Amino acid sequence: MSALPAGERTLGGFYAHIGANKRKSAALVLVFILLVAALGWLIGEAWLEEGLGFLGIFGVVAIIYSLVAYYAGDRMVLAASRAKQIHKADDPELWNVIEELCIAGGLPIPKIYLINDSAPNAFATGRDPEHSVVAITTGLRQKLNRDELQGVMAHELSHIRFFDIRLQTLIGVLVGLTALISDIFLRSLWWGGGRRRSRSGSRGGAEAVLLIVAILAAILAPIFARLLQLSISRKREYLADAGAVQLTRYPLGLARALDKISSDKEVLEVANRATQHLYIVNPIKPFEERAKNLFSTHPPIKERIARLQSM
Amino acid sequence: MEFLIVFLVLLAILVFYVIGTFNSLVKLRNRVRNAWSQIDVQLKRRYDLIPNLVEAVKDYMEYEQETLQRVIEARKTAIDTSGIAQQGAAENMLTGALRQLFALVENYPELKANQNVMSLQEELTSTENKISFSRQHYNDMVMTYNVRIEQFPANAVAGTFNFGHEEFFEIEEVDREVPKVDLR
Repeated sequence: MSALPAGERTLGGFYAHIGANKRKSAALVLVFILLVAALGWLIGEAWLEEGLGFLGIFGVVAIIYSLVAYYAGDRMVLAASRAKQIHKADDPELWNVIEELCIAGGLPIPKIYLINDSAPNAFATGRDPEHSVVAITTGLRQKLNRDELQGVMAHELSHIRFFDIRLQTLIGVLVGLTALISDIFLRSLWWGGGRRRSRSGSRGGAEAVLLIVAILAAILAPIFARLLQLSISRKREYLADAGAVQLTRYPLGLARALDKISSDKEVLEVANRATQHLYIVNPIKPFEERAKNLFSTHPPIKERIARLQSM
Repeated sequence: MEFLIVFLVLLAILVFYVIGTFNSLVKLRNRVRNAWSQIDVQLKRRYDLIPNLVEAVKDYMEYEQETLQRVIEARKTAIDTSGIAQQGAAENMLTGALRQLFALVENYPELKANQNVMSLQEELTSTENKISFSRQHYNDMVMTYNVRIEQFPANAVAGTFNFGHEEFFEIEEVDREVPKVDLR
């Protein structure tokens, strides 16, 4: 059993992990919303007479984007992944494993898909338990025994029952908004557009300082937003692991499955950067190697296994 | 005048809180009841599957008639028993007898090659798991509900409207031993 660094030890098993992670991600989302609001306000104050004009447009774009992703996202991802739907007769063991977990969690049975790819991975999508989908690659399906398969599926079902897909959509919208605001603002500066409030000379100094702060904020905000998004994504992965233990009461199942997956070097062909956060382990291999830093959607597998073993 | 308005607002908040908490407790209590009946659903599934399994293996396992007989009898006992504690005990005996039967199947290569038998075994394994998981779910719902009626200030609402504690599903000490089934 590997030892956890002092800051990461949580007493109280998976309940404590679940509570801690939910609080942390709620805090992060709040920080995010405040930052976007602050950015919008700052730019409005510094530059525009009617701050709401620009934001209104961004708001509309963001809402359309989020609605599309929310309602059709699962179908789009599945179509891109060459997935085939599975019913009970096609794979009774897989079906039963999932049905057992749904009984444990009081959940409706999701649609189940098999992806024809030898790289081992699995993902879940869908805005709530009634409209949910889980998928697994043939590569992973063949590698795991019943307990390990159940651990992986429990992790995926936990993403669904904790509404992670909904959360990720919201975060995606916020990141998009941040980037749009900054982008339009900086471009409008470049092209000399926008209206200036007429000021007397003595107020000109404060006006300029505010403008410089706004420019700095506009440059840094998209980067910071992305980092926040990745941090939230990692917390939710830990949360899904703890949620899996809550369903199965058997942390070693998932731990062994993660171990098996991590030792496989093959890259998942159908994944790309847009969908990587949906998978159980990061399918883009280069990130896995430098996963201890801030730029990964998933926590390092060794950390995840260590936490599971401590539950 | 202002004092009256403040008082009415506070009163309204209190009323909404009580209504909200009451409804929440109703929802949680019903989840407990639903979870309890789900356990029975899984138990009945097992009762229905067992005769098929016994039929499928009977011809191959001529020398294991005693074990098969035990399974059949344990099943009948479990169906006929009532009362939570006694039924729990009867279910345990059935689980034990089935486990012995599965262990025996390992010794018969013809059975292991038989698709029918293997899929029945998967079904029975899954049913055993589902019984466990439905009991686990029931206990989880009981815990959520009990925590809610004990915490302050919801306990005031719970006490006023008679929301009582629910009982966990537990196996009694004496039934924790799975009885040994003779393999002769």
